[in-house]
Amino acid sequence: MADLDQFRAETRAWLDANCPPEMRTPMRSEKDACWGGRHFEFQSPAQKQWLDVMASRGWTVPDWPKEYGGGGLSPAETKVLKEEMAALGCRSPLTSFGISMLGPALLKYGTEEQKKKYLTEIARGEIRWCQGYSEPGAGSDLAGLQTKAEDKGDHYLVNGQKVWTSYADQADWIFCLVRTSSESKHGGISFLLFDMESPGVTTKPILLISGNSPFCETFFDDVKVPKDQLVGEENKGWDVAKYLLGHEREMISGMGLGGEKQALGATVGEVDLLLRAEIAAFDVDAIAFSAMSERFIDQLKAGEAHPAMPSMMKYAGTELNKRRHELLMAAGGSDTLEWDSDRSKGGKAARDWLRTKANSIEGGTSEIQLGIVAKHILRLPGA
Amino acid sequence: MMTLTDDQRMLQDTVRPFMAEEGAIKTQLRHWRDIGCEDGFGHGLWKQFAELGLTGILIPEAQGGAGLGQVEAGVVLEEIGRNLTPSPYLMTSVAAVRALEGSAQAERWLPGIGAGETVAALAIDEGRHHDPASIALEARRSGNGFSLNGAKQFVVQGASADVILVAARTAGSAGETDGLTLFAIDRDAKGLDIDNVALTDSSKASRLTFNNVEVDADAVVGEVDGGWTPLSRALNAGRAGAASELVGVAAGASDMTFEYLKQRKQFGKLIGEYQALQHRAAHLYGEIEIARAVALKAAQLLDAGDPRAELMTSVAKTKAARTAALAVQEGVQMHGGIGMTDEHDIGLYMKREIVLGELFGGPRYHSNRVAELSGY
Repeated sequence: MADLDQFRAETRAWLDANCPPEMRTPMRSEKDACWGGRHFEFQSPAQKQWLDVMASRGWTVPDWPKEYGGGGLSPAETKVLKEEMAALGCRSPLTSFGISMLGPALLKYGTEEQKKKYLTEIARGEIRWCQGYSEPGAGSDLAGLQTKAEDKGDHYLVNGQKVWTSYADQADWIFCLVRTSSESKHGGISFLLFDMESPGVTTKPILLISGNSPFCETFFDDVKVPKDQLVGEENKGWDVAKYLLGHEREMISGMGLGGEKQALGATVGEVDLLLRAEIAAFDVDAIAFSAMSERFIDQLKAGEAHPAMPSMMKYAGTELNKRRHELLMAAGGSDTLEWDSDRSKGGKAARDWLRTKANSIEGGTSEIQLGIVAKHILRLPGA
Repeated sequence: MMTLTDDQRMLQDTVRPFMAEEGAIKTQLRHWRDIGCEDGFGHGLWKQFAELGLTGILIPEAQGGAGLGQVEAGVVLEEIGRNLTPSPYLMTSVAAVRALEGSAQAERWLPGIGAGETVAALAIDEGRHHDPASIALEARRSGNGFSLNGAKQFVVQGASADVILVAARTAGSAGETDGLTLFAIDRDAKGLDIDNVALTDSSKASRLTFNNVEVDADAVVGEVDGGWTPLSRALNAGRAGAASELVGVAAGASDMTFEYLKQRKQFGKLIGEYQALQHRAAHLYGEIEIARAVALKAAQLLDAGDPRAELMTSVAKTKAARTAALAVQEGVQMHGGIGMTDEHDIGLYMKREIVLGELFGGPRYHSNRVAELSGY
């Protein structure tokens, strides 16, 4: 415990000395996040400086092993670092699907060479990853995917289409589920990594109801993928995919936390009594969920979490986030209905509200998550 | 860390089978209910609690207790809730012990509580809703002590208590937290009328009428006019404890229900095969996990003396009550007709939840408190 107290004191001093003041203000939107990658345009010198100094300490991924660019911290130390960053208001230095999704899967299923190369690049924010999972005919029934990878000796030849590929137009590499065998549904899937600049890859942003295009359609036309970019065994990709999905759901569940330190009711100004009561009921659920989130992470690190718990967390967190934005719209009244005025910051409230409707769809719908909990935790028959 | 320590887990490993065996619905709740017991609980089991060291869980070691905290009390209460075990544990060993701690009255009452021989009650509510700041029962200076006049209700186990901790007003007016004083009063005090009533869940509570009840100055717990301090300690502990017990009620009811989904067949299929029920069951499971997490968080903050405990305790009480209400309502509905019978236990969970949900303030009281503590 004394060691941990010392670590806390040192960490606080180091963060205070090294985190630029601009990086201690709350992020206003996803756009304020540092995503890294070949083409990332830093918003300020401070953003780049913060990434560099944290990456050099391994603290973009504090609990990954040092040999892969991580900080080698214990779960307890990682928690202390997060607490101290929160106390000083430090922004996350790097947000990426490499950290939250691919990294954990590579740590478990990657070869030594893969871990050395890809994890180090992720930790330093050099490569931005996107996720090639859903297809037009494979949404909730993800294992029904048809994108084909043919064995051509030293490489696979990939043909097909993905959809809802988040930020595919800005990503450098993709982790992609492909069909290497048609003999078995789940047992014919493989997990490939490849460069989005490979010949034959094209992306097309999808305009959403929010007016934004965070998702793309991604097309593969005779894309050559070297065989050493297969993760795990051929036709065993579903295991990797599911493991990664657990981490994706864990990440998405974080939306339940909202990112505000204050209770919702303290941020919305004057509201009538009925709305105040609804908001208070929401704040109770939100604060309770944040306690659950803390407990879930502690259980994960202690190896006590049920493997299907990310599904419960994802369900609870995303439903909560949708409710938060419903209440924000109700509290804002007609002010929040303006779509492109400067006064409304370009319709931010309404666009954010619409964006949240995807929370309970992406990464597996709420109904899929409930089905997983019913089957794997409650062990209900036929689920 | 929001996981139980090894010691806390050992306590849970001891209490869980003990409560399932000795505190079972059939031998405790139904037994005392069906014979019309005036106390609504068994003193034999209370003594067994003492032998296991549970009654003195919050009593300092120097005074013969275990010197443990709210987290450990919560571990015990969750098992009590799971088995609907009637006992004075929440009111006596948790709330009253916290009220008495550090006071001159502690030495008089704590040994008996630790030994499982003394039962204590708290007299707070005066109207049909919990609102401790509005306490108006009058305690007027009289000779060397005070004279009490007024009424209390929802005094859990008041007729069984050896000592009743009564929150009264010695100064100020209703609505103010200053000017309250907490008195430790003998059940047999002259002028005190106790109307012992059975509640929906077969537990007993009293309506008390104070008619010039004379008490000595040394009956005061803590400071005159400063009763809010011990009262707040008792309320925080009681609310967090009730949250833990409600988590147990929710867990007990839902376990029974999930089991039923795997046994009951209709249309030639187990009803648990229907997605309409699967999703509701899965949602309920998640709510219980969340309620358990926030009950633990509130207990940890109380034990750490963290100022956020006030807010978290109200969040925990609300979330646990709402969750337990969901669990018992889904429980009865999914059991169908059999769930409406007295013979089946699921309805007993529903009856316990409605009482425990109201005790120390219902979910609306505490949601409002969350709003106020959050600055709106």
